[in-house]
Amino acid sequence: MTAPAITLSQPRRRRRFSPDTRTAILYLLPAFLVMGVITFYPLLFQTWMSFTDFQLKNLSGKVQPNLVGVDNYIQIVQSKLNIPNFEFLRLLFFNLFWAFSNVIIHVILGVAIALLLNVNGLRFKKVYRALFILPVIIPPIIVATVWRHLFDKDNGAINMVIQGVGTLFRIPPDAFRIDWLGQVNDPISFIPLPLAFFALLTANTWLGWPLNSVVATGALQSVPPDLYEAAEMDGATAWQRFKVVTLPFLRPAMLPYAIYGFVVTFNLFYLSFFMSGGGPFGRTELFVTEAYKLVNDFQLYGMAAAFSVILFFLLLAITLVTNRLARATASYAD
Amino acid sequence: MTAVAGAETLRTSAVTRTRRSHRGRLSGRQQIVLQILCLLITATVLFPIVWIFSLALDPRNLSRPDSLIPPGASLAAFARVIAKPTSDNIGLLELARNSFMLASTVALFSVLIGVLSAYAFSRLRFRGRELLMIVILGVLMLPAVATIAPLFIMLNGVKLDLPLLGHVALRTSLVGVGLAVVSGTLPFAIWNLKGYLDTIPKELEEAAAVDGCTRNQTFFKIVLPLATPALAVTGFLGFVAGWTEFYFVSIFLNDPSQGFTLSLALNKMVGAFGQTPWSDFAAFSILFAAPVSIVFFFFQKYIVGGLAVGGVKG
Repeated sequence: MTAPAITLSQPRRRRRFSPDTRTAILYLLPAFLVMGVITFYPLLFQTWMSFTDFQLKNLSGKVQPNLVGVDNYIQIVQSKLNIPNFEFLRLLFFNLFWAFSNVIIHVILGVAIALLLNVNGLRFKKVYRALFILPVIIPPIIVATVWRHLFDKDNGAINMVIQGVGTLFRIPPDAFRIDWLGQVNDPISFIPLPLAFFALLTANTWLGWPLNSVVATGALQSVPPDLYEAAEMDGATAWQRFKVVTLPFLRPAMLPYAIYGFVVTFNLFYLSFFMSGGGPFGRTELFVTEAYKLVNDFQLYGMAAAFSVILFFLLLAITLVTNRLARATASYAD
Repeated sequence: MTAVAGAETLRTSAVTRTRRSHRGRLSGRQQIVLQILCLLITATVLFPIVWIFSLALDPRNLSRPDSLIPPGASLAAFARVIAKPTSDNIGLLELARNSFMLASTVALFSVLIGVLSAYAFSRLRFRGRELLMIVILGVLMLPAVATIAPLFIMLNGVKLDLPLLGHVALRTSLVGVGLAVVSGTLPFAIWNLKGYLDTIPKELEEAAAVDGCTRNQTFFKIVLPLATPALAVTGFLGFVAGWTEFYFVSIFLNDPSQGFTLSLALNKMVGAFGQTPWSDFAAFSILFAAPVSIVFFFFQKYIVGGLAVGGVKG
């Protein structure tokens, strides 16, 4: 905040600030009252809950839960939760890797396709741009269920297409009855990721790149064409032109968006929940789906609270980095 | 920050319109190669969509479809899911009405309250402004799950007598679900609207102030009318969040009479894959997605800029 310094050096402006503050309180009050009740108080309440063994029997309010100290946290971190297939470190690494791998693919594909559609003289650009927006406009919950269907072992479209191609080479269709979402053995022996991960990755790639492409297109269109001409005259190759001219314009738009995409993908509930259900053996489980199960299936509310507190601090760390990098808090008033 | 990127997109699109100089610098062969590439991408984008449409229209109601293009078309699947989408005794129209009530209330509520705070953040200088904005951004980054356990417990005990709605137990009604959903859409609305208000020239308000307008008059007479497009877009995105809300509905409600929504019926259909005829599932998906997807498609120019930060809470 620079405001106090200004008021000291220019006392004349002080009178202008204080009514501003009063107006600000008035305008902020409704939102902060609402958020106080449905966000901030629950967060505090949750912190208390996380130190108790709050369960189904405490729900009526007649039986008070017991304080158990940091037991919940210890049980979570040591993977001693009484729910099947829970392994904290595996969950953490999988969730981080899931977000990271997706964002990398989204950004690269998004930029590449934006570059493709930005080529001078390419025909039907407008048609392609209109079609490529389709994954963005379909609600993710439906995208998830539709892909769950596409990857179905017996009736899914993916297997049927592969079987169709197979018959061209006289391979019987039963050879391709791939259990995309449930197969226990890893498809690539030296990479400890189940087949379901690749199915999820495919679905999320379909879902994710188009919006990246929109952002990249916006950035590409801000590159002054003279810069390309100048670079060309200086004899720069296509790669050099991309690196020196295009990339500096892409970075400021894509970087914040990539970080934002990281957080969104990190918390992406629908795909894991609807497609693989976290399987096989909980190996495509994310923090958000695990927390859902703690509340909905196991009714371990105290444990779920501790789980959410851990997630809160994880996301806080990511948010702070985001804020530092994006410098988004600067406003028009400054 | 993404709202800023969105504004950037809008601004630069004007720049590109003015320069359309180098055309046809591609040779015939390059054009063909690039067109093939584009068509391949189009195929991957369209495949799931075409597949679902062909299933929904398939007259044979197969459990195991055998081709992309069905022999003939029929709307029988649509008729079936409109009458009774799942084994629950609740029709599609009632599900849709519940989803609509939830969605429109959430949208209205978060935009009305959000725009006030957005204005304060965009135009007023006050102590703690940056801190509060970081708080909002922090809340925005939280997934819905972050407060699910305490909200469940808190709302569980609360019963209210509300006008129009009568006696309402918060946890087992769409009112409670709406409150929980607003916890995600409100910070988004604030953030998104602030990004838009930042792009409205301050000079207009200064002129109004010179003419003797108070802050409140300036806000209601100058800023709000100018912000109408952003209010509509933010409201629409809030509507989409409510329309497709699954997380809280599925945890809070346990009986169809409490206000089951489309998303719960969809979940039930997926859970019963094997018994659910594919045509019914496909028809239901289309009916569920269509209202928001169609609006989205026709207003994408306005929405995509604001969308960038949307759907934060899964």
